[in-house]
Amino acid sequence: MPSLKDLKNRITSVKNTRKITKAMQMVAAAKLRRAQESAEAARPYAEKMSAVLSSLATAVGSTEGAPRLLAGTGSDTVQLLVVMTGERGLCGGFNANIAKLARTRANELLAEGKTVKILTVGKKGRDALRRDLGQYFIGHVDLSEVKKLTYANAQEIADDILGRFDAGEFDVATIFYSVFESVISQKPTAQQIVPAEIETDASGTSTVYDYEPGDQEILAALLPRGVATAIFAALLENNASFNGAQMSAMDNATRNAGEMIDKLTVEYNRSRQAAITKELIEIISGAEAL
Amino acid sequence: MADTMQFDLVSPERKLASVQASEVRLPGVEGDLTAMPGHAPVILSLRPGILTVVSTEGTSEFAVTGGFAEVSGETVTVLAERGVTKAELTAAIHAEMVAEAKKVLEAAHPSVADAAAKMLADMEALGSHMTI
Repeated sequence: MPSLKDLKNRITSVKNTRKITKAMQMVAAAKLRRAQESAEAARPYAEKMSAVLSSLATAVGSTEGAPRLLAGTGSDTVQLLVVMTGERGLCGGFNANIAKLARTRANELLAEGKTVKILTVGKKGRDALRRDLGQYFIGHVDLSEVKKLTYANAQEIADDILGRFDAGEFDVATIFYSVFESVISQKPTAQQIVPAEIETDASGTSTVYDYEPGDQEILAALLPRGVATAIFAALLENNASFNGAQMSAMDNATRNAGEMIDKLTVEYNRSRQAAITKELIEIISGAEAL
Repeated sequence: MADTMQFDLVSPERKLASVQASEVRLPGVEGDLTAMPGHAPVILSLRPGILTVVSTEGTSEFAVTGGFAEVSGETVTVLAERGVTKAELTAAIHAEMVAEAKKVLEAAHPSVADAAAKMLADMEALGSHMTI
């Protein structure tokens, strides 16, 4: 049975925790709004990019000599997994879910006899995967110093990946990130970026464009940008998801702290009352004994 | 036929402009191109240069650092990696762009060095257009 003093200390400590989680929740909410806005702002570019790529791919894709970024290397034995997670914790299952999806995929590929290479973006995913998949790590991108994600960040990651592709280090690259569906739901997703998965428009109803310079040249110039755009979109989605997950995790924590405070207060009052009653009984029985 | 078309200038981070334009002058890699309503559909790569938009509200100019444009009869969409309005382009930003292009040239593979050198020249030419 804890003493009254212990209970009192406990209540104060939980109250302090609640203040912190409440503050973190509000910070996450503010950041979430900003993250959503930037994800929204990036959408027109990504949409246009994929529209143009798809019309180009329809025109060039099936012909001989299509760029390797589109056609692939013709094999899929070396798989690069780019695992994008948050730099911080305290966000519920956000990081764990992405890591879990990546781990499942890596184990599947290993079971099929494929070679797996892992590039981590964000500290938490790296920590989560290090123990059982650490020997497959080939690099890490640290974004913890980045205050605001810009296209340049995505460009750097894309350059790294494309450099490795040109050097023949892998055949297929997949990014793992979380799609922001709502504050309470973030869906971990795997998306193949190399070779580019482009929906070709088979209906042939789209406008027939002239290309200047040739369609091959434009496609070759556009594909790396498509990769960077996909990574940028993933980074933004991830950022929004992270803040959403953190917000709801902190909301839960705040609520739990409140419940705990109520419970502890009841216990505190009861034990105080019990002490008073005990003293009264002692006095009364003492008086009766006389 | 409509006498205006929808012009959009988007960068990966945000939409820079969206207006009804009657004429758009694009700096293509193989020479400048002026798109007017009803232009044949074309997709072209852009070199660093000045992009001019003539709309009902007047003429506005943007400095773009490459990218590409999609032109169809009713729309012109420019996807620029980096675009700033002429008013925002200061000597400092331009110097930064040139420095970036130089860095690319230094790091460039011999096979693309020519293209990188051209890009640097374009960047520098951009500065002389700006009168900054």
